Amino acid sequence: MEIPKSFLGYKRENGRAGTRNHVIILPVDDISNACAEAVANNIKGTIALPHSYGRLQFGADLELHFRTMIGTGSNPNVAAVIVIGIEPKWTKRIVDGIAKTGKPVEGFHIERTGDIGTVMKASKKAQEFVMWASEKQREECPMSDLWISVKCGESDTTSGLAANPTVGNLMDKLEPLGVHLCFGETSELTGAEKVCATRGATKEAADKFMKTWSSYNDFILKEATDDLSESQPTAGNIAGGLTTIEEKAFGNFQKIGNCKFVDVLEPAEEPKKGKGLYFMDTSSAAAECVTLQAAAGFNIHLFPTGQGNIVGNPIEPVIKLTANPLTVKSMGEHIDCDVSKILSREMNMSQAGDELIKTTLRVANGRLTCAEALGHREFVMTKLYRSA
Amino acid sequence: MATDIIIHDQKDNVGVVVIEKITPKQDCSCWIMENDSTVNIQSLDEIPLGHKIAMTDLKEGDTILKYGHDIGKVVKSIKKGEHVHVHNVKTKKW
Repeated sequence: MEIPKSFLGYKRENGRAGTRNHVIILPVDDISNACAEAVANNIKGTIALPHSYGRLQFGADLELHFRTMIGTGSNPNVAAVIVIGIEPKWTKRIVDGIAKTGKPVEGFHIERTGDIGTVMKASKKAQEFVMWASEKQREECPMSDLWISVKCGESDTTSGLAANPTVGNLMDKLEPLGVHLCFGETSELTGAEKVCATRGATKEAADKFMKTWSSYNDFILKEATDDLSESQPTAGNIAGGLTTIEEKAFGNFQKIGNCKFVDVLEPAEEPKKGKGLYFMDTSSAAAECVTLQAAAGFNIHLFPTGQGNIVGNPIEPVIKLTANPLTVKSMGEHIDCDVSKILSREMNMSQAGDELIKTTLRVANGRLTCAEALGHREFVMTKLYRSA
Repeated sequence: MATDIIIHDQKDNVGVVVIEKITPKQDCSCWIMENDSTVNIQSLDEIPLGHKIAMTDLKEGDTILKYGHDIGKVVKSIKKGEHVHVHNVKTKKW
């Protein structure tokens, strides 16, 4: 198949391109969720991103909170942002961070005004933003404007046999076109960590990966009460035939094809070394991982599943693919791309990769994903430790 | 003959069932992806889609190879054709 050279995206002020045109109402903290949701309810076409944190965090955990908030607002799938927080200082810090992209952003704080007055002021601005954004048109953008993140979930052995290598095949075909790519799931590379390290494009990248993995593994060994048998592999993984974390890890690792990673990113950190594949230090929990990748600027997500994970994200479209014929049959409304014919050998890996490229482009051009149509908007902040 | 079992790497001592299930005493056709070759095996257990079958006899302490790599240790001896899963294999990590 000849790979298309462009897609239809929304060009942003900072030169990036979006696959979506959202106007988001972003609460700085848990107690501002009610206000943000009221504004989104008032003004049609906006979406609120409620979450559970943002108070009394400190140190690296607070920095991660700000990075995730600012990164989410800065993502090119977002046209404009309303930020609402309880206090002015942290609200302003997030507004100033997002404003660097050049997109419209305005902050409101609730203290000394109350919910009702804040909702009124923020709603007026949100209306202005959404009506402005509604006139934006899709334009032709080069493939290199796609920033593709990947994460698998509810994996089974069909993931490692077929769905994950399909993603790997897509990576091998799109990497030469200058796209940005990102994989994560630090804990789920356990058992394959040494093989993964050999995929560092430089010794520096490989060493950074091993340091990141070791640190996560030490943390897991410290907190684990037994052998993590209830968590890794999960009950769903085991039902699907996966026996050990090592087996899951080698399956997981198939997602990157033959690509080498140019750098290792902190959670939600924007890549700075140009095109190519990046590894991000993330949890392996689906919503946490996708939220961090979206905050790093990735604008379309590929999610291979075995037993049928249903996750979505409010700003980054999540495309599901599976090779498990039972999942296609029982959960078809969640599957954007069916590659189950690989198992019956009616489809080879290259054909499956081509199918996934076609699906990815349709979604990049505006087709809703199953998760979007079903209303999946999981926005989950990663928290590193307890608050003060 | 249709493929019942897929094996990633020729070094692997397990294969994955890719039809809805295989039944005891079923003669199965196994496709080895790495070198595109075919081998046959007779199953001893009922094994569902996605679950693994032992391609050789394995004893306690042996290493399970899949993708050509170590994915865990045998904790209860396994006969060629038997179901390989959490009841007879454990992680070497954690």
